[in-house]
Amino acid sequence: MIEIISGISAILAFVLFILALKGLSSASTADKGNKYGMFGMVLAIISSFYFFNHTLIGNPFLLIAVFAIIIAGMIGFYIAKKIDMTSLPQLLAAFHSLVGLAAVFIACSIFCSPETFGIVLINGKLPIINTIEMSLGASIGAITFSGSIVAFGKLQGIISGKPIRYLGQNKINSGLGILILVMIYCFSIYQNTNLFSFIIFASFLIGYLLIIPIGGADMPVVISMLNSYSGWAAVGIGFSLEKDLLIIVGSLVGTSGAILSHIMCKGMNRSLLNVIFQSTSQNATITESGSSKGNVKICIPEDAGFIIKNANSVIIVPGYGMAVAQAQHAIKELADNLKSSGTSVKYAIHPVAGRMPGHMNVLLAEANIPYEDVFERDEINHEFGSTDVVIVIGANDITNPAAKSDPSSPIYGMPVLDVEKAKTVFFIKRSLGSGYAGIDNSLFYQNNTMMILGDAKKVSEELLKAIKDL
Amino acid sequence: MLSIETLTIFILSCFVGYYVVSKVSPALHAPLMSVTNAISSVIVIVALDAVFINSLESDGVTTSSLFGLAAVFLTTINIIGGFMLTKRMLAMFSAKKKNKGE
Repeated sequence: MIEIISGISAILAFVLFILALKGLSSASTADKGNKYGMFGMVLAIISSFYFFNHTLIGNPFLLIAVFAIIIAGMIGFYIAKKIDMTSLPQLLAAFHSLVGLAAVFIACSIFCSPETFGIVLINGKLPIINTIEMSLGASIGAITFSGSIVAFGKLQGIISGKPIRYLGQNKINSGLGILILVMIYCFSIYQNTNLFSFIIFASFLIGYLLIIPIGGADMPVVISMLNSYSGWAAVGIGFSLEKDLLIIVGSLVGTSGAILSHIMCKGMNRSLLNVIFQSTSQNATITESGSSKGNVKICIPEDAGFIIKNANSVIIVPGYGMAVAQAQHAIKELADNLKSSGTSVKYAIHPVAGRMPGHMNVLLAEANIPYEDVFERDEINHEFGSTDVVIVIGANDITNPAAKSDPSSPIYGMPVLDVEKAKTVFFIKRSLGSGYAGIDNSLFYQNNTMMILGDAKKVSEELLKAIKDL
Repeated sequence: MLSIETLTIFILSCFVGYYVVSKVSPALHAPLMSVTNAISSVIVIVALDAVFINSLESDGVTTSSLFGLAAVFLTTINIIGGFMLTKRMLAMFSAKKKNKGE
């Protein structure tokens, strides 16, 4: 009876997980999807309740476990409530690191006592295939953990966002990767504790080495990739224990992360291998000398306000700088004011704007900016030519026309927003420095571009004030 | 164990994942990441096994159950955190819809 309940709950659980992802195809069904996901998780946990027919009371270790679950639940709840949406990317990196570390711990737990998990030993040893699957799960988990910690550090600003490169990097990484695979093979035969520890520590190391050379601008790819890894780690554990539910859920998460990485790479016109093995910034200095620098026009908010006020159509292009300055609420007020006098206001979002997929959309949603005003690059790119004013706030590389015209530019070929086609472009920026990728933006030197220097939030407020005063 | 059955399940799930996630609206990619983070913590069921079965069979603390306990702790943070975070983000998106209706 218990087996039937357990089996049915497992089946229902994965159906609900698939529905949870399906719900996200539109904002109206997404919340329902999330509820399906929560319900699915409850059923998944019920499906493994072997202890239905055992007494739980009187075992002090179980009390500690229940206590740990309550504490962990409270921590999770508190973090989810308190986190500021600007820091969303680093929170997700931190979450991924937890899944990775948990997968490592689970693999250790299986290794210490395989009988507990129903693995039948042959001559006192684990079956070879289970061992390989388990160590692959542990290895991917460890890579996820250390990689996510580095990503977290870079996003949080603890580690420099600049790509850190060293000599023979790719050779060292590939060598270490091959070494881990060989060790996994040896471990499956000898099953020595030292080998197992070695695999895990080598995987921690390679996770660190893989992410440390990747620059901050590539973080959307890194986060998606780590999201994918956390799924594959679950698949590895699922295979070694023959837990179908883990295989299914792990592959859902794995493919989801892979698709997101692919979309992010496409957004930058780079391949995944290119992002991992070669960072853009190394060639950045070449373009700086090569591009013909013109004069930059600097404009004060009062003058900009006059031009914006007289425009019929405005497109706002947000980037990470908007998130850092928390400018989204000020922008919303500005947009509302313009709309009330009949100006059309739209938002153009580039797939890699921000530090993770969908980052800008969440920030705009947080400021109550209407869903129907926000457009993806492909939907809005043809409209720039017929637009009076474009306001670029805290974005840089995604607007750089050099990506279309200058083959020597490191971002050449990246699909960018055609902002330079608008009549006037206002570029709100803290200083005249180059973007996160360290590339000079030829948009600054165009005749129709005017720079407004200052903090994104402050400038937005000043623009609003200027428009109101007119 | 690697068997034809588990491999079939694996490959079919990848296809399901591919088709379902391809349909996700780009605007909702952040909630997608946060919800997949929560559901990948389904490995908690194995960690729970480690804690409970170990303590039933050996009636005490073993290395295996301690590792299990640590994994339960980490994944619980993720599950609760992931789902609550998704809920919070989605509420922002649906709040906008209400405004639109007014």
